[in-house]
Amino acid sequence: MAEARRVNRMWRNMNAKIAAIPMVLTTLVVFVGGTFWTVLYSFTDSKLLPRERFIGFDQYERLWSNSRWLTSIENLMIYGVLSLVFTISIGFLLAVAMDQKIRYEDTFRTIMLYPFALSFIVTGLVWQWILNPEFGIQSIVRSLGWETFTFNPLNDPKLVLYGLLIAGLWQGTGFVMCLMLAGLRGIDEDIWKAARVDGIPTWKTYLLIILPMMRPVFITTLVIVAAGIIKLYDLVVAQTSGGPGTASQVPAMYVYDYMFQAQNLGQGFAASTMMLLTVLIVLIPWAYLEFGGKKHG
Amino acid sequence: MVDATAVLTRTDAEPRGTKPKRALSGRNIMIYGTLFVFSLYYLLPLWVMVMTSLKGMPEIRMGNIFAPPVEITFEPWVKAWSQACTGLNCDGLSRGFWNSVRILIPSVILSIVVASVNGYALTFWKFKGSDIFFTILIFGAFIPYQVMLYPIVILLREMGLYGSLWGLVLVHTIFGMPILTLLFRNYFSTIPEELFKAARVDGAGFWSIYAKILMPMSLPIFVVAIILQVTGIWNDFLFGVVYTKPDLYPMTVQLNNIVNSVQGVKEYNVNMAATLLTGLVPLFIYFVSGKLFVRGIAAGAVKG
Repeated sequence: MAEARRVNRMWRNMNAKIAAIPMVLTTLVVFVGGTFWTVLYSFTDSKLLPRERFIGFDQYERLWSNSRWLTSIENLMIYGVLSLVFTISIGFLLAVAMDQKIRYEDTFRTIMLYPFALSFIVTGLVWQWILNPEFGIQSIVRSLGWETFTFNPLNDPKLVLYGLLIAGLWQGTGFVMCLMLAGLRGIDEDIWKAARVDGIPTWKTYLLIILPMMRPVFITTLVIVAAGIIKLYDLVVAQTSGGPGTASQVPAMYVYDYMFQAQNLGQGFAASTMMLLTVLIVLIPWAYLEFGGKKHG
Repeated sequence: MVDATAVLTRTDAEPRGTKPKRALSGRNIMIYGTLFVFSLYYLLPLWVMVMTSLKGMPEIRMGNIFAPPVEITFEPWVKAWSQACTGLNCDGLSRGFWNSVRILIPSVILSIVVASVNGYALTFWKFKGSDIFFTILIFGAFIPYQVMLYPIVILLREMGLYGSLWGLVLVHTIFGMPILTLLFRNYFSTIPEELFKAARVDGAGFWSIYAKILMPMSLPIFVVAIILQVTGIWNDFLFGVVYTKPDLYPMTVQLNNIVNSVQGVKEYNVNMAATLLTGLVPLFIYFVSGKLFVRGIAAGAVKG
């Protein structure tokens, strides 16, 4: 009897283990194995095919002396900071506006969120068209009488990042608004009552009480948005193809081009390893705050 | 004491019931003004897309992109669907559409089956090390895809799937796993364990509990997962480019090739019709699913 039960239990566990095989393979082979493989081969001189000729940090030296990579990193930092600041502040502002017991809340939400359902390719192509100098905003303002008006961000190396930003914000702010609104709705009604009893004006309550209470929501949003920014690729491909020249290059594009076009795998591996490092810099402090902090405190 | 003051203040300062508000107070103008201006920003591209796609090229060259068409024509739509060129192929975006459908259906089914069973095992049938794997899985969601692109090329090549539809299906299943597993695990953990125990006492095993009890109870979360996967896989560009060959390119990739091709005269109306066509599937899902979509992305967002 006991024997039978033990066999039975083992069998049940077997089923769960069989069910978990895809997860185990994904985590061990693809996530852990793949990552280590790429990091390892970033120290080789692999060209068309991966090969085990180790050359130390040469690929990284080449990477960091390549002007295209440096432009990519600079672009990503500028775009990243602006995008974070604007998505989070606009998202919060809209969430606060939506939280005022307004009419047509569902309509406004539908309008703000639909871009998020669209791909970055669609987003990039639409905004490429709207910002087209011959037919888009520039030409319309000119036809209204302001003949010298110039707004041609996609063909101006200094402004092209802002062109991307307009499109990126269009796609993503509605989503951040939803996260923030969920955060606002999660705050205990009693806090509002208490603030009202104490006669604190609404804007002050938001700034001094609600904002600090929403810290976890802000941190989660920050991490999600930041992780998305580091992967930024499709939008740039569709909207500017990295141009004019190399003015809107981003790291993900550099990786793809070196791996699959220029047949210089080692460079691609080194560049993708740098991307991983960037994510870890964002992720580790967050993981520590989120999970490490709880255990200690 | 605190209660008493609260009650007193409420009765003093605030009459019961909702306060009648003036419709045009400064506060309201500010709130609705902000929302209205932003709504214009969000709606503008959709408007421009639709309007441009309904105009002929002469009208586009003459007029302004925001104006509605003087003469409505559906020719750009027809052309985008069945005649637009990518390279030497001139059979339109329909090819990309059907490729995307052929990629989408098996990817959605496989990824959801794998992840839901996995989430189920992680909730009710924990085994030694299962939580460690789950943690790695969630952290894996943050690893930039670029790091894993090439190792997967090698794996698929070894399996003879590189460049094929099933290779891409496998990739979507792998990268959908973290978020979907989390989604299902979180949902299953709200189901009372007594139910699960009762089923076990009655002699139901791993698969029969899943199929006969859990799945029928969890239809809403399956719908959320379907929404999440359909929009995510349909909108994918990178995996499509890397893991398929040109004749299997999904719609997004083909769209980008059509619009950003350097040869020939640019037909902006056809381009916008093509763009809109590519966006139709996720837009349809979005408008039909309504609040479930919000729930899906919120579940997708709140990791860990």
